[in-house]
Amino acid sequence: MDTRKEKFPYGIPDHNLTEIEREIPADEPPAWPVNDQLQEVGKRRIRVDARAKVTGEAKYTSDIRLPGMLYAKILTAKVPHASIRNINTQEAEKLPGVHAVHILRNEDNSYPDVKYVGQPVAAVAADSLDIARQATRMIQVDYLEKPFVIDVEQAMKPEAPLVFDAPIARQADGGDVGVVHDGSKGQGNLRGPSTSSFFGGPRGDLEAGFSQADVIVEQTYRTQVQTHVPLETHGVVIDWKPEGMTVYASTQSTKDVRDELADYFDLPKSRVRVICEFMGGGFGAKHSTSPYGPVAAILSQKTGRPVWLMLERKEEHLMAGNRPNSIHYLKIGAKKDGTLTAIQQRSHGTAGVALGAGVGRVAQILYECPNFATEQYDVLTFAGPGAAWRAPGNVQGAFGVEQAIDELAEKLNLNPLAYRDKIDQSEVRKVLRQRGAKQFDWSRWKPAGSSTGTIRKGLGVAQSTWPRFVDLDSTVEVKIYRDGAVEVRSGVQDIGTGTKTIMAQIVAEEFGLKTADVIVRIGDTIFPDAPGSGGSKVTGSITPPTRNAAYKAKMELFKQIAQQWQTDATKLVASNGMILHKDDASKKVSLKEALQRMRTGQITASASRSDDYGGFAQPWGLAHGHLGSVQFAEVTVNTDTGMVKVDRIVAAHSCGRPINLTQIESQINGGVIQGVSYALYEDRVMDEATGHMMNPDVDRYQIAYSMEIPAIEPIIVEEYPALSSTDAYGIGEPANIATAAAVANAVYNAIGMRMYEIPITPARILKALNHLDQ
Amino acid sequence: MQMKEDSNKPDTNGFTRRKFLRGAGITTAGSVLLNTGLLAADFHSAPETGSYMGPDAVTVQMQINGQMEHLTIEPRTTLATALRDHAGLTGTKVVCDRGSCSACTVWIDGKPVNSCMTLAIDVGGREVTTIEGLAPGGNLHPVQEAFIEHDASQCGYCTPGMIMTCAHLLKENPNPTLEDVKIATRGNLCRCGTYPHVFKATLAAADKMK
Repeated sequence: MDTRKEKFPYGIPDHNLTEIEREIPADEPPAWPVNDQLQEVGKRRIRVDARAKVTGEAKYTSDIRLPGMLYAKILTAKVPHASIRNINTQEAEKLPGVHAVHILRNEDNSYPDVKYVGQPVAAVAADSLDIARQATRMIQVDYLEKPFVIDVEQAMKPEAPLVFDAPIARQADGGDVGVVHDGSKGQGNLRGPSTSSFFGGPRGDLEAGFSQADVIVEQTYRTQVQTHVPLETHGVVIDWKPEGMTVYASTQSTKDVRDELADYFDLPKSRVRVICEFMGGGFGAKHSTSPYGPVAAILSQKTGRPVWLMLERKEEHLMAGNRPNSIHYLKIGAKKDGTLTAIQQRSHGTAGVALGAGVGRVAQILYECPNFATEQYDVLTFAGPGAAWRAPGNVQGAFGVEQAIDELAEKLNLNPLAYRDKIDQSEVRKVLRQRGAKQFDWSRWKPAGSSTGTIRKGLGVAQSTWPRFVDLDSTVEVKIYRDGAVEVRSGVQDIGTGTKTIMAQIVAEEFGLKTADVIVRIGDTIFPDAPGSGGSKVTGSITPPTRNAAYKAKMELFKQIAQQWQTDATKLVASNGMILHKDDASKKVSLKEALQRMRTGQITASASRSDDYGGFAQPWGLAHGHLGSVQFAEVTVNTDTGMVKVDRIVAAHSCGRPINLTQIESQINGGVIQGVSYALYEDRVMDEATGHMMNPDVDRYQIAYSMEIPAIEPIIVEEYPALSSTDAYGIGEPANIATAAAVANAVYNAIGMRMYEIPITPARILKALNHLDQ
Repeated sequence: MQMKEDSNKPDTNGFTRRKFLRGAGITTAGSVLLNTGLLAADFHSAPETGSYMGPDAVTVQMQINGQMEHLTIEPRTTLATALRDHAGLTGTKVVCDRGSCSACTVWIDGKPVNSCMTLAIDVGGREVTTIEGLAPGGNLHPVQEAFIEHDASQCGYCTPGMIMTCAHLLKENPNPTLEDVKIATRGNLCRCGTYPHVFKATLAAADKMK
């Protein structure tokens, strides 16, 4: 491969910004300067699809209406553990308006065993959703009920009913689900442990480490099961014609859904087209369409008609994924000067009938510590499968680790922020702490117990880390047209994060256009393959090929213009809607006119994600460095009622080169709000006697609404690692990891009692305070 | 036909879905009107037809976004379903389908309601405004413009309901405080957590409308 040397901005502006020389592929564009000197990138730009969203014109999967389309409804199991003796669909089939009934079966035609309430059993396609609902209620299922267990600690006992009596491989769906193992080890309902991640396995010698420690914190932290509740439930509209299957899917990965359905029905991938133009929220659980996608496809095949199948809200809670709970034991030792000597971690959690309930990598990598070991166990229970949920595992992990660090700081008589300065080696988090503390006015912090009276105030801080993931299978096509259009295409989907807009900004920057001038066509597998929206990897994966494809198309155009001007293409620049000669002011032409002079009607260029400049930490796409976050929380606790209110969060984040400041702030707001909601309100309540979820809706399953929203002040720190042609990374997951721990630390600071379990409900606060009074 | 009789009988607890919907539907998005006593007022003013319809389809006429529409629907059809599946107006979203999230907010005679909790047959003859009707002739409502400018949508699925709520607030209260906006939207669920920009946009729209 031809390469050339190129100098890139490197480091953090107003801190340690310098230049670094990298060897890069010869056909990649020259280095961009820092954002200050760019026109469209790094600026606040309106979402390219904002108008469609505010007028109701945006068509989501649930809004797709095709000629002859039928509506489908799934019948779900009403018991948590059973074998099915018989299913009678006769009455349902007779109901006027019903077109097809499908019963889920094993390959040998037997009925699958029921393992959780909400597991799909059968489905109906009818003229309307009301008729389909009515028909599912007419299906009679004869269950042979069996014993079951819901509670994690009960499920671990040797006498507990077994969810599976053989090794299982089913991982929680979607992207990076934390630290995983193959499910083959373990006894009873216990699987694991996993003891390593892609950052390695155990380090050093725990015993030796603890023997060097002057202070030790040893605690168990507990987190609850959280469900995703994207406003648009999971679903598909599938039109299966003899020539191929068209799938409209509410998904985080058009590519994964295509591959999944092609695989399931043994079709060539080229015969499955997946479209997702607008998507009503996913948060990790929408990488797969299992189990409802194949059901819709079969109903479409049976009826010869398009079939609409969106889950109802209750079904979404039960079958479409959740963040597993955790019982998280931590033992951390430190010397008098604060140096960490050993970290021991052990966790148990349940992703229901799936694996993937770890506590992530926070304890392993956030702080340097020579002696470390983790054991992360999955506990199988008779509940719906977990799925990736915004920073899977790591949110649970950070809740424990970042409280334990505060506890250590207190034992060492250190300010918790100063203590992090001491033990945290990350340069970018150092800057985040400085800028965050200034904005927050951390100097107001006083030791726990300083606030007295009925209404008490507290301040807390917590931080987190997230890898820079890159999906190398990321391709973008840029087309320029003789009529003046500039278009960018890719299979990648925009799940509300603003992917369409940042792609437009990048192409606009390259062509000297405005963001709004660029046409963005994405979310369709007829376009080149691109990453799923998981692991916060889309921005880091898709923006470099976007820029590189735009650059290639531009250079092709430049070549044609340069020929006319009898000069060299490298002498031309695109700026402000014009193409100019760098050294000859007399030579200029508007981009529009230049496009009219093209030899062909279109120029198309495509580019795929190249390796990071200087390579990866892991060749599959784990980049060097990390995404930092430091969040500060200010809370009020009413000691009479036990109510906690989060008043303010300052959230300091880095995500490489920021592309669209407004959209990044929107995502930070969202991550913080979901974190507050997780810390204080959300909780999947299961009835252990029946195996039913008691709050499968959005009122009894409590989520932060407008009245619970704190003042949120995002701080975005530019950082240039010089790793790609854009140096940009995602913000989705980092925004969500530290919040619950920051809130818990602030609550402790307010009332002097530490909350080892979330959600921090009034009952838990009052219980803790009564304990204090005794 | 057996079915026909059965579907008209009250169920075992003596409370039909229809009666329940009639009480709960013509109220409000979220809990806003609970404060103003309109919940009770609407309960008493709900139309009493005194006769049964259906289960076969009936024709209902209503004014939707200034246009008189005749919809042939089953009596059990909610206003949300009538709009989305029969009138082709999919801007109105169904999220919880039980009146808890306000994503389905439309205006009936200028007042916000949860269209998932309103039977379409109860809207006969009244005026329905949906998100599609808020920008007649493509001229955006100031709240829509402010939502664009202040990035008050992420996934955008709550946006139509959120805008119908905020636009109604500004009709009633042209000078809202931040607290007023929070109270007005407290029944509107946004899972992406876009609230801070919704608040900003609504306050900015109020300023612009002065």
